[in-house]
Amino acid sequence: MAAHAHPVVHEAPKGFIRKYIFSTDHKIIGIQYYLLALFSVFIGIILSLLMRLHLIAPNVELPFFGQMTPEQYLALMTMHGTIMVFFVLTTAPQSGFGNYFLPIQIGAPDMAFPRLNMLSFWVTFAALIVMLAAFFVAGGPGGVAGGAPISGWTAYTPLSAIGPIAGPGLGMGQTLWILSLALFAGASLMGALNFITTTLDLRTKGMSLMRMPLTVWAWFVTAILALLGFAVLLGAGILLLLDRTAGTSFFVPAGLVVSDTQIPHKGGSPLLWQHLFWFFGHPEVYIAILPGMGVTSHVLSTFARKPIFGYRAMVYAIFAIALLGLSVWGHHMFVSGMSPYSALAFSLLTMSIGVPSAIKTFNWIGTLWGGQIRLTTAMLFAIGFVSLFVTGGLSGLFLAQPAVDLPLHDTYFVVGHFHMIMGVAAIFGIFAATYFWFPKMFGRFLNERIGKIHFWITFIGVYAIFMPMHFIGLSGHPRRYADTTAVQFLAQLDPVHTFMTVAAVITGAAQLLFLFNFFWGLWKGEKAPDINPWKATSLEWTVPSPPPHDNFQGRFPTVYRGPYEYSVPGAAEDYTPQNAPDTGQTASRQ
Amino acid sequence: MAGKAATEELELIELGGGRGPRDAGFGRDDAGAPLVPQRIYFTGIWLALAAILMFFMGLTSSFVVRKGLSGDWVAFSFPRILWLNTTILLLSSVTIERARRALLRDEVAGFHRWWRITTALGLGFLAGQVVAWQELAAAGVYIASNPSSSFFYLLTAAHGIHLLGGLTALLWVGRRPAVAYVRATPLTAVTVSSIYWHFMDGLWVFLVLLLFLGR
Amino acid sequence: MTTRQSRLASGWAAAALAFLLIIITFSTIYIFVKRIWWFPESITALGADVDAQFVRTLVITGIVFFLAQLGLGFAIVRYRDRGRRAVYSHGNNKLEILWTTATAIMFLGLGIAAERGWARFHFQGASPGALQIEVVGQQFQWNFRYPGPDGVFGRTDPSLINDAAGNFVGLDSTDPAAQDDLVLPIIAIPVNREVELILRAKDVTHSFFVRELRFKQDTVPGLTIRVHFTANKVGKYEIACAELCGLGHHRMRSDLFVLPPDEYQNWLRQQAETE
Repeated sequence: MAAHAHPVVHEAPKGFIRKYIFSTDHKIIGIQYYLLALFSVFIGIILSLLMRLHLIAPNVELPFFGQMTPEQYLALMTMHGTIMVFFVLTTAPQSGFGNYFLPIQIGAPDMAFPRLNMLSFWVTFAALIVMLAAFFVAGGPGGVAGGAPISGWTAYTPLSAIGPIAGPGLGMGQTLWILSLALFAGASLMGALNFITTTLDLRTKGMSLMRMPLTVWAWFVTAILALLGFAVLLGAGILLLLDRTAGTSFFVPAGLVVSDTQIPHKGGSPLLWQHLFWFFGHPEVYIAILPGMGVTSHVLSTFARKPIFGYRAMVYAIFAIALLGLSVWGHHMFVSGMSPYSALAFSLLTMSIGVPSAIKTFNWIGTLWGGQIRLTTAMLFAIGFVSLFVTGGLSGLFLAQPAVDLPLHDTYFVVGHFHMIMGVAAIFGIFAATYFWFPKMFGRFLNERIGKIHFWITFIGVYAIFMPMHFIGLSGHPRRYADTTAVQFLAQLDPVHTFMTVAAVITGAAQLLFLFNFFWGLWKGEKAPDINPWKATSLEWTVPSPPPHDNFQGRFPTVYRGPYEYSVPGAAEDYTPQNAPDTGQTASRQ
Repeated sequence: MAGKAATEELELIELGGGRGPRDAGFGRDDAGAPLVPQRIYFTGIWLALAAILMFFMGLTSSFVVRKGLSGDWVAFSFPRILWLNTTILLLSSVTIERARRALLRDEVAGFHRWWRITTALGLGFLAGQVVAWQELAAAGVYIASNPSSSFFYLLTAAHGIHLLGGLTALLWVGRRPAVAYVRATPLTAVTVSSIYWHFMDGLWVFLVLLLFLGR
Repeated sequence: MTTRQSRLASGWAAAALAFLLIIITFSTIYIFVKRIWWFPESITALGADVDAQFVRTLVITGIVFFLAQLGLGFAIVRYRDRGRRAVYSHGNNKLEILWTTATAIMFLGLGIAAERGWARFHFQGASPGALQIEVVGQQFQWNFRYPGPDGVFGRTDPSLINDAAGNFVGLDSTDPAAQDDLVLPIIAIPVNREVELILRAKDVTHSFFVRELRFKQDTVPGLTIRVHFTANKVGKYEIACAELCGLGHHRMRSDLFVLPPDEYQNWLRQQAETE
C-alpha cells in the first residue's frame, strides 16, 4: 500500500461563518445535509397529510386555501415524491451520515476534496430553493399547491414536455423542477466523486478493503451508483429542457392535439424519456436503501455483541444489488409499449436482485442468532428495518413478473411497495443512524424513553398506513388519483382510505416526538462523557464526541482487525476495537 | 528518469514564494510540500471522466434511438471546418504531451512554451466550433430544424462546455508567476489536466464521427 | 435502573416486538388467504394465467415472509441480553450457500413460470378473424372507433381533429371508408369472440385498464399498440385510466360491455342509427 499522509496537528478554521456556514469540514457538511433533509422531510410529510385528507374528504375546505382541486392534489403529490426521494432519501443517508462518518471510519482526516464537498452541499441547497420556488410561481394549480407541476416525480413526456396547454404548473413550475434536479444531479456527482476517491485513497494504515465497516462499503457502492446514474439524469433533463424551450423534439411525437390545439413537434419518443429517466431512477432507489442496509448491519452487530454474519457475503451482496440495479430499469416499463421481449430480460434480472437481498436478510437474522441483544432505540429501528425491508422487498417480486404486473402496474400495490421500501425502511435506517451516532456527533444522548415511544408508534403506524395499500392495489385502485368519486369500483375502498389516513395522521404526529427529542437533545440531552458509550468497535468510537477538526488530533490510527470483533473468546471485553493492537488473542480471519 | 531532484526543486520553487499557503486541512510537511497523497487527483479525474462518459453515452443512445424512429431525420450539410477543428484538437493533444514530458525533464521553459501552444490550439478549436455553428445558421439550420441538427448543436455544445472547463484548467495550471498550489503538486496538476484533455480529444473524435456518419 | 431491571425491561420490549411481528405476519397472511380484498373475477384466459401465477408468487413470498418475520421475532426474544457472552461466529458458509441456492431456485423458477402467460398475451398477434376496435385516449375521455360494416378503418389525420365539433379522432369525411366508422365514448364487444384493440393517444400518455380483463396497456402518442383478448363472460366492466395524464386523470373512465352476439349486433346497429 502506498504511503499514508498524516499531517501534523494544524489549526481548525476560526470564526462563525468559516466554522459553521461555509465550512469544508466533512462533519459540519454532514450535519448541514442532515438538517436540509430534516427540513425537507417535514415539508414532505405535510404534503402527504394534505393529500391523504383530500382523498377521504375531497370537498372539505382547507383553512386559508379553500377547497383543494384535483390539479392541486397532483401538484402536492409531485412535490411530495420529488422532495422525499431527492432531498430526503438521497441526502440524509448518504450525504448526511456518509459525509460525517466515512472519513472517520477509515481513519482519514477529511474527505479527499473538502472544498468540492462544501460546493456540493451549497449546490444541493440551491437546488432545494429552486424546487421550493416552484410553489411560488404563477401558472400553476394555485391554492395550497401554488405553481408546482402536476406530472409526478417521474415527469413522463409528453405531459411534462408540451407546456401549460397540457395542464397547470407545467410551465414555469415544471421548468424550475427540471433546473432543480439538474443542480441536484451536479451536486450529487461531485459528492460521489469525493466519496469514492476518499474510500479508495485515504484509508489509514491497516484499513484494508475487507476491514472496512459495512457502512463504508454501502456509502462507497452507493456513490458509484450515483456517479453513473445522475450523469444520465442530467442528460435527460437537458433534453427535456430543450424540448420545452428550444423547439426540439426528442420526446414529443408529431401530430399531437391537446384540447383542440395542434402541437408543432416532430417525431420524438415518449418512451425515450422513460428509458433515460428509469436508467437513473432505478439505481436511485438503491442509492436510497443501500446506506440504510449498511447502517443496519453496523447497528445489529453492535447491539447483538456479535460479528456480522457472513461479512464477505454482505460485501458481495452490496455489489450484486448495485450491479443488477443498473440493469433492471425496464421493469418500470412493462406496459409502456416497450418490446415485450426485452420485458423478459428485465424481468429475470429483476427477480435475481431478490437473491442478494435475501442473503442480506438471512445474514441479519444470522447476526442476531446467538447474540446478546440489547434493545436500544437504535437497535429497535435497525430491527424494524429488517422487517420492513422483507415486506417491501417481497412485494417487488410480484411486480417483477410482467404478467403479474399487468393488473398491478400503476395501482396502489406499487405505491405500497415503494413506500415500504423507501418511505419506511430507508427512513428507519436514518432513524437508527441518528439514535446511534447522535452521542458521537453532539456529545449528548437522545432521550431513550422518548425514542422508544417514537419507535413503537412509528413501526405500528407505517404498517398500518402502507400495508393496506397493497390490498386496495389488488382490488385495482389506480395510483395518482386525486379522489375516488368518479371511478365507481373505488367506492368500496373508501373505508380503507379512511383507515390509512387516520394512521398517517397519528404516525405523522409522532414524528414531532423525534423532532422534539432531536432539538432538545442538542442542548439539553444527557451528556455522553464516555467516548464509546455503546462499546462499539469501529474507529469513530475511538475519538472524542464531537471529534476534533482533523478527527484524530494528528494521531492517526493503525488498524489491526476487522470491524465487528465482538465477543472474541478470551478477550477481556466483549468488544475489540479495530485499532487495538494484536495481543495474541484468537486472531480474526480478516 | 533524470531530473527527479530538479523536479522536486521545481515544486518547492512553485510552492514557496514566501507566502503561507492556504490550508485545506491536510497540512504540510516542514519543507512546505502538501501532505495529501497525490493519487487522489488521479482517482478523482478518472471518476470525473467516468461520469462525463456516462453523460455522453446517455445522449448518444438518445441519438441512436431517435434516429431509428420516424422518418423525419434529414441530413444536413456537414460544415467542413469541423475537420480542421478536429485536426487542431488532435495536435493539441500532441503538444500537451510535449509540455508534460518537458516538465518531467525539468525543462520549465519548454513546458511553458508547449503549454501555451496547447492553450492556443484549444481556443482555436472552440473558435472553429463557433464558426461551424455560424455556417449552419447561415444555411438556415438551427437547433429545432430537425432532430439531426438538434443533436449536432447539443453534442457540440456539451463537448464545447466541457472543453472550456479543460481550457480553464490549462490557464490556471500554466499561469505565471506560479502561485503556491494548495495541495496538488505542479506535476500532478499538469498530468491530471493532460488526462482530461486527452479524454476530451478522444471524445471529440467519437462525436464528430457519430455526427458525420449519422447526419 | 439496575442492570437486571434494565434487562427485564428489555425482555418485555423483545417480547412485545416479537408479538407485534407475529400479529403483522398472521393478519397479513389472513387477509391474503381469505381474499378480503382481491381481484374481481377475471373474464379472460390471460386472467386465468395471471391469477395462477399471482397465487404461486403469493405462496412463495408468503413462506419467505412468514419465516423471515417470525425468525426475526424469535431471535429477538431467544437471544436477548442475559449478561453472557455472545457466540463468536463470522458466519457459516454452508448455510450461506444453502439459502442462497434455495432462494435463487425459487425466485428464478417463479420468474420463468411467469413467462408463459406473458408470451401468450404479447408474443403472438391477434388471429385474422379478430374483431378490431380502435381505442384513442385523450384528456380526459376514451374514444372507441368501430370500422363499420365495410370492415375498414377510414383515414384519420391529426389536423382534422375537432373536439368542439365532435370529431375526436380526426376522421377524414372525404374518405369513403370513413363514412361508416363509429366513434363512441363506450365500448361493447361480443362474448367469446377474439377482440384486437388498436391503442393510440392524442395528446399525452394514458393507459387502458379493465380489472376483469386482467391487463392494462399504455396508450402512447406516436405509437400504435395492439393487444388482443377474448372475454368469456357477459357483463358491464369499468374502464379506468392507469397513467397520469393531467388534472382529469382520476375521472377518465368509461365502460366495457360484453354482450351476447345478437345483442351486440343490435347494439352496433342502434349506435350506427344514432350517429
